[in-house]
Amino acid sequence: MTFIHDTLTVFRRQLRLSLRNPAWVIIALMQPILYLVLFAPLLTKLPAASLGGSGNGGSTAEAYKFFVPGLLIQLGLFGSTFVGFAIISDWRAGVIERFRVTPVSRLAIMSGRVLRDVLVLMVQAVILVLVALAFGLRAPVTAVLIGLGFIILVAVGLASVSYATALLVKSEDAFAPMLNSVVLPLVLLSGIMLPITPLGPGWLQGIARISPFRYIIDAMRQAFKGYYANTIMLEGVAVAVGLALVCLWLGSRSFVRENA
Amino acid sequence: MSIIEAKGLARTFKSRKRAVHAVRGVDLRVEEGEIVGFLGPNGAGKTTTLRMLTTLLEPTAGTATVAGADLLADPVGVRRRIGYVPQAIGQTMGGTDPACLVGEELRDQAALYRLSAADTARRTRQLISQLDLDGLDERLVKTLSGGQRRRLEIALGLVHEPPLVFLDEPTTGLDPQSRSNLWDHIRGLRSDLGTTVFLTTHYLEEADALCDRVFIIDHGEIVAEGTPDELKRRISGDVVTLQVNGARERARELLAGQEIVEDVTVSDDGALRLNVYHGAEALPALLRVLDDAGVTMHSINLSRPTLDDVFLTMTGRSLRDDSASARRGEGSQDPDTAATGTRR
Repeated sequence: MTFIHDTLTVFRRQLRLSLRNPAWVIIALMQPILYLVLFAPLLTKLPAASLGGSGNGGSTAEAYKFFVPGLLIQLGLFGSTFVGFAIISDWRAGVIERFRVTPVSRLAIMSGRVLRDVLVLMVQAVILVLVALAFGLRAPVTAVLIGLGFIILVAVGLASVSYATALLVKSEDAFAPMLNSVVLPLVLLSGIMLPITPLGPGWLQGIARISPFRYIIDAMRQAFKGYYANTIMLEGVAVAVGLALVCLWLGSRSFVRENA
Repeated sequence: MSIIEAKGLARTFKSRKRAVHAVRGVDLRVEEGEIVGFLGPNGAGKTTTLRMLTTLLEPTAGTATVAGADLLADPVGVRRRIGYVPQAIGQTMGGTDPACLVGEELRDQAALYRLSAADTARRTRQLISQLDLDGLDERLVKTLSGGQRRRLEIALGLVHEPPLVFLDEPTTGLDPQSRSNLWDHIRGLRSDLGTTVFLTTHYLEEADALCDRVFIIDHGEIVAEGTPDELKRRISGDVVTLQVNGARERARELLAGQEIVEDVTVSDDGALRLNVYHGAEALPALLRVLDDAGVTMHSINLSRPTLDDVFLTMTGRSLRDDSASARRGEGSQDPDTAATGTRR
């Protein structure tokens, strides 16, 4: 199938470029690892009940079961929404235009990149989980795999939209503030750092329900606690799949348009 | 059959306040094996037309057949059969990634055209030698000189051996030596491979040196078309300047009496300036007339009109006035909107 061939062509090229500068993969990991090392210990003294566990005392195990899924989502959010920057410089180098004049599938120009981004993100997520294990995370392998699955869904959708948006604005100066104003509220409203329920006031808990990541992260936390089949998980999966499909549709529509 | 045939190709860009007619109904016909130049100042509509013909931009009106495929009905067919080398100056560059190796760029390009492994290896080898890129295979693109990088970009446009290649401002930004070197390569495309070349340029000497035929475009319309010689001839005759030994008045009368001479003036340094149609053919006759009358001369000079004169006559302005701003590259809008900042 030509689409798969084309996607792999673009994927190989992008992966080769990523491997030429592997430092970036590590630099991108710095932020979540710093959170893990310098922020997560604060949570170990919070009452376990407030983190969705049981008991009033602090618990290292509960803290990491709560915090690591959040970090994984944060990694996915930042890792996938920032990919657009790279395509702006590709556009400026004339590479995008050069590809668009060849018979290569225009969608593959996006899908090949997204595939590379997902792979890079998986490597980062696995490293993050390994570091978290060293710090005291105890979670079943199934839970970690479910977590990675959620991140793949989030990354596929957000990376597509990021590429499409970046190609529309064609300017880092415009793209950076756009990203900040979208990603930061999403991160805060997802309850990545601290649990919005039950810590947040009622109005904040209400607003938080509009963030799709809120559902995804709740589902991931369920998994890390060992619950794989309940309403929260079902909601999370539905939201993640829906988000991925809508974003993928938006992104690809923009890519096959004549002048993206 | 013509390799390019366009009818009424037009493109209008809508900005917030008004519609900008970047190209207003262009008719083109290019035959196989021609080197054709698209000449015009920045913002004349050269790049916009090129982007339409290469399927990068959908025309708002008009139709075209490019390399045997219909532009609107079968854009992928067009893409399969054409090569395109984007301009390397302006808001976007020529299409190579600074972080790639030269060999990787060539092999990736072959993969985009879905060439087999054997064809990829063969074409990579051929192009590296054809475009003087020997020994650069393992070099990063960012370490190449301007001329080398441009040759690589041209090589990328040729990977799939297209019968038709579009070169957008192939030599803009290059030093004179690299430029004339690139001219040789472009001539070679036609003479060695029979490739049809469609190029845009705002260098008159480039159009003059390379092109069999030239289209002059201004304000989105083609204002003149023909071989460089035809165009020059259509505009004005040649100028013959000669210095005679004494007997200047007699020589003037004699020459003014010739049918082929339009008019004769005496310039400040005492030379006679003759306006002559077909100067090269007229020279022997002029010499004979003077010789028969016993008038001797110590110098004679024939100068032909340049495409710049053609451009000046056709558009009322000199292309050269524009060269200073040419560095920023030609966008798809007209010069007025460029000033109001639609571009970065």
